[in-house]
Amino acid sequence: MAQTVAAFKVDYFQFLKPDGKLVEDQQVPSLARDYDRLVELYKLMVLTRTFDKKAVALQRTGKLGTYASCLGHEAAHVSIGAAMREEDCFAPMYREYGAQFYRGVKMSEVLMYWGGDERGNNFSGPKHDFAWCVPIATQCLHAAGAALAYKLRGEERVAVSVVGDGGSSKGDFLEAINAGSAWKLPLVLVIVNNQWAISVPRKKQNTAATLAQKGIAGGLPSIQVDGNDLIACLWAMDKAVNAARAGKGAFVIEMMTYRLSDHTTADDARRYRPNDEVEDAWDKEPLKRLKAYLIGQGAWSEEQEASLLEECSQWVQQAADEYVDQVENNPQGVTAMFDYMFAELPHDLEAQRAYAEQFPEDGGHH
Amino acid sequence: MAQITLIEGVTMALARAMEEDPSVVVLGEDVGVNGGVFRATAGLHQRFGDDRVIDTPLAEVMIAGMSVGAASQGIKPVAEAQFCGFTMPMVDHIMCHAGRMRNRTRGRLSCPMVLRFPSGGGIHAPEHHSESPEALFAHMPGVRVVIPSSPSRAYGLMLAAIRDPDPVIFMEPKRIYRWQKEDVVDDGEELPLDVCYTLRDGEDITLVTWGSMIKETMQAADELESQGVSVEVIDVATVSPLDMDTIIESVERTGRCVIIQEAPKHCGVASEIAAGLADAGIWHLHAPVKRVCGYDVIMPLYRNEMKYMPSAKRIVHAAQQVLEVS
Repeated sequence: MAQTVAAFKVDYFQFLKPDGKLVEDQQVPSLARDYDRLVELYKLMVLTRTFDKKAVALQRTGKLGTYASCLGHEAAHVSIGAAMREEDCFAPMYREYGAQFYRGVKMSEVLMYWGGDERGNNFSGPKHDFAWCVPIATQCLHAAGAALAYKLRGEERVAVSVVGDGGSSKGDFLEAINAGSAWKLPLVLVIVNNQWAISVPRKKQNTAATLAQKGIAGGLPSIQVDGNDLIACLWAMDKAVNAARAGKGAFVIEMMTYRLSDHTTADDARRYRPNDEVEDAWDKEPLKRLKAYLIGQGAWSEEQEASLLEECSQWVQQAADEYVDQVENNPQGVTAMFDYMFAELPHDLEAQRAYAEQFPEDGGHH
Repeated sequence: MAQITLIEGVTMALARAMEEDPSVVVLGEDVGVNGGVFRATAGLHQRFGDDRVIDTPLAEVMIAGMSVGAASQGIKPVAEAQFCGFTMPMVDHIMCHAGRMRNRTRGRLSCPMVLRFPSGGGIHAPEHHSESPEALFAHMPGVRVVIPSSPSRAYGLMLAAIRDPDPVIFMEPKRIYRWQKEDVVDDGEELPLDVCYTLRDGEDITLVTWGSMIKETMQAADELESQGVSVEVIDVATVSPLDMDTIIESVERTGRCVIIQEAPKHCGVASEIAAGLADAGIWHLHAPVKRVCGYDVIMPLYRNEMKYMPSAKRIVHAAQQVLEVS
């Protein structure tokens, strides 16, 4: 008879159901009664969604480059930002605007980045946070490295990174898990599982029942939560970040959500994704349920909702105006591509910069 | 005969190669149902099915590593990297395995794979989507690097790349994916690798380039012709190994040469060509060889990307400098 030498399970947590009611059969964290906190985060989720819609509209009208929408991920993203302290380090992929807004990144800066202007990456959030990361999952190792730095320096700081269900197939992600486990790093890895890696569905990445179990395989405590339930997401993030800060090592959270948008504005998901699946996903999206819950608890009202939407539209319009003003009236000149190459510009680049200045009008054509 | 674009030339060659050789397998991210993010594999999945048009998990190291493995065991993988920037994790497998397989086993194993990907800037793409890393691959022994610049060369060179018994990096200049249409017959005729293609005959100066810089170079050639200069234009097409013979033969006649590349200048393919001219063509040169290149900087995000790229004006400027030397 074989002897069981190890056994595993993956727990799934959901506290707020799609209908806006709390689950009845289990204990719900006290956070569920902290209405001030939930209202604050709900407002940020609404702002994030308003921003997202505007960004897509700007792209459609030729005012923005390719943009990666965060539609449907608002609870997951906002919870990540909300669980972190300013001194913690965030290593995003490229659509976690809700987390970044919480950390002080401006909406106009997100637009600058997707609008083809590097100044967006020099954002107003914590100066030690990493910039957006297009090469998939590489940010997980940067976060692991940051966590190692904090451990070596004896600082009570936590590094948090996000990867998608697709990105969880990359070695970088698995190597970050391994490092977090081997060195007990203050690291939280969040898999925001939105079911689609561009056109490739989750089930085609692999046949594992969960992606969280990849963390378990590497020796890390790992759980799965309803990624459309802000309460579950934030509860899990708090638990993971606090454990990491207390020196208990790294943690993996898989947040189950859905990409309600195309992959980016350059994609057309209708080519590969059944429409009824998207319609079903809309029933489970994160804003509707939190709003229903807060209204049910008397913590929010339709009147407040209406004025919030009005405010958000104004803030977003202001951000869009700021962005357009910057890139149109204060664009980076040709020399901007040289100025941050090195701490001090080497002589050969000085010569190239001088040459480039002879052709300042270049670039107006395509 | 059909009027097709460069990217359609790629698709047509892939379909042709798959039709004639059941060991040809296309794999990559989103190449199946979606037909590739640029549509290079459009229709192939419907036609050849799951086993031959494989949507892979999102893992570039895996795509490259498994292509090496499959290639050494009787499959001809045509792997797609979605964008040039995403080839960087693949470098390990190309450099340390694909290029070395035949040599280190003394011919017992080989690696007849193609790694194809869109490269270059100019389409308002996000970060890491616009680089031109041909020099990086050209520096790897045992690997061919091919860059088509027209629909017919996309078709003919892709067929040759797939049929080639060794690894080929096939870089597709995405800025000109849909720039020009050309009549291309789907006759399965390949075009030779390892040779340059002379696009225009001239007597006064040779402009040498490849990929999407063909566009600006031809514009510059038109401008120079209007000034009474007779311009020869050479498309290098295979940047490794280099066909220096064609270039030197041209420079023997013109005595002047400007090399144009979109990639950064330092240690680029243009530098290799200039070195080849210094080595074997110097007695024919009437003037210094000039390179018009991207700057040695990080490819700017799209708002400034065209300021980075060589323009027709910069090419004309360099050509005039070269022509002024008596």
